[in-house]
Amino acid sequence: MQNDSVGSRLGMWLFLFTELMLFGGLFLLYAVYSNRYPAEFSRASKELSTIMGSLNTVVLLTSSLFVVLAVAGIRNNKPRHTVAFLLATIACAGIFLGVKSVEWSEKYHHGLFPNTPTLLAKPKGEIVFFNLYFTITGLHAIHIIIGAIVLGIITWSVYSGKTSSNDYVSLENSGLYWHLVDLIWIYIFPLFYLVVP
Amino acid sequence: MTDNLNKSYMSYVFIWIILLCLTALTVFCSTLQLGHPAIWIALTIATIKGSLVLLFFMHLKDEQSFIKYAFLVALIVLAIFIGLTFFDVLYR
Repeated sequence: MQNDSVGSRLGMWLFLFTELMLFGGLFLLYAVYSNRYPAEFSRASKELSTIMGSLNTVVLLTSSLFVVLAVAGIRNNKPRHTVAFLLATIACAGIFLGVKSVEWSEKYHHGLFPNTPTLLAKPKGEIVFFNLYFTITGLHAIHIIIGAIVLGIITWSVYSGKTSSNDYVSLENSGLYWHLVDLIWIYIFPLFYLVVP
Repeated sequence: MTDNLNKSYMSYVFIWIILLCLTALTVFCSTLQLGHPAIWIALTIATIKGSLVLLFFMHLKDEQSFIKYAFLVALIVLAIFIGLTFFDVLYR
C-alpha cells in the first residue's frame, strides 16, 4: 500500500499537465495577438488596476503558503494546525474572488465587457485584449472556486479524522491543484496588468 | 519534534518572503519604462517565481524521478507548440 500515494500523485500531476496545456493554449493566443497589436495591448492594459492585481497576487501567494503549511502540519501529525491553515486558505480564496468581482464590475460599469457597444467601438487590438482578459481570468476564477470547494471538503475530512498523518494523499493532491492555480496567476499578473510598451 | 515542525514551517515562510519580494520587483520594473525588454524581464521573474512554487511548495524537488521527467516532457510539449506557432506567425 506504500506505493499507492505515489501512483495517486502521478495521476494528479498528469491531470495538472492537461491544465497546463489548457492555459498554455490561451497564453499562446495572448502571445500571438500581443505580437500583432503591441500598442493596443499596452494601452488597454492601463485600464486594469495594478494595485488590485498586485493585491490579488499577494493574496494567492499567501494562500499557497497556507496550503503547504497545512501539508507540513499533517505530515508532523498536527491535524489541528492543518485545519486552521486550510481555513485560512479558503479565506484567501474568498478575498481573491471579492477583489476580482470588484474589478470585473468596475469594468462592466465602464462598458468594458465582451460585446458591449463601448468595447466594440475600440480598436481591434484592444477588443482582443479585453476578450482574452475576461476569458483567462474567468477560467482562472472558476479554478479558484473549484479549488476552494475541494479544500473545504478536505478540511472536513481532516477535522473528522478521515484524512490523517497515515494517509494524506488527498490533501497533497488538492494542494498541488491549488499551487497550480497560483502558478497560472503568476503569469497572468505581469501579462495583463504590467504590459508596458 | 516541535522544533523540526517549526523549522519546516519557517523554511516555507522564507520561500513566501522571496516570492513577495519578486512580486515587488516585477511591479517596480514595470514602472521603469524599459521598452521592449520589459516583457522579457517580467516573464523571467514570473518563471523564477513559478520555479520556486513548483520546487518547494509543490515538492517537485523531493518528488520521485519519473514524476520529474514527466513534468519535463510536459514543458517540452508546451515549448514545442508555442515555438512552432511563433515560427509560423513571425515568418509568414
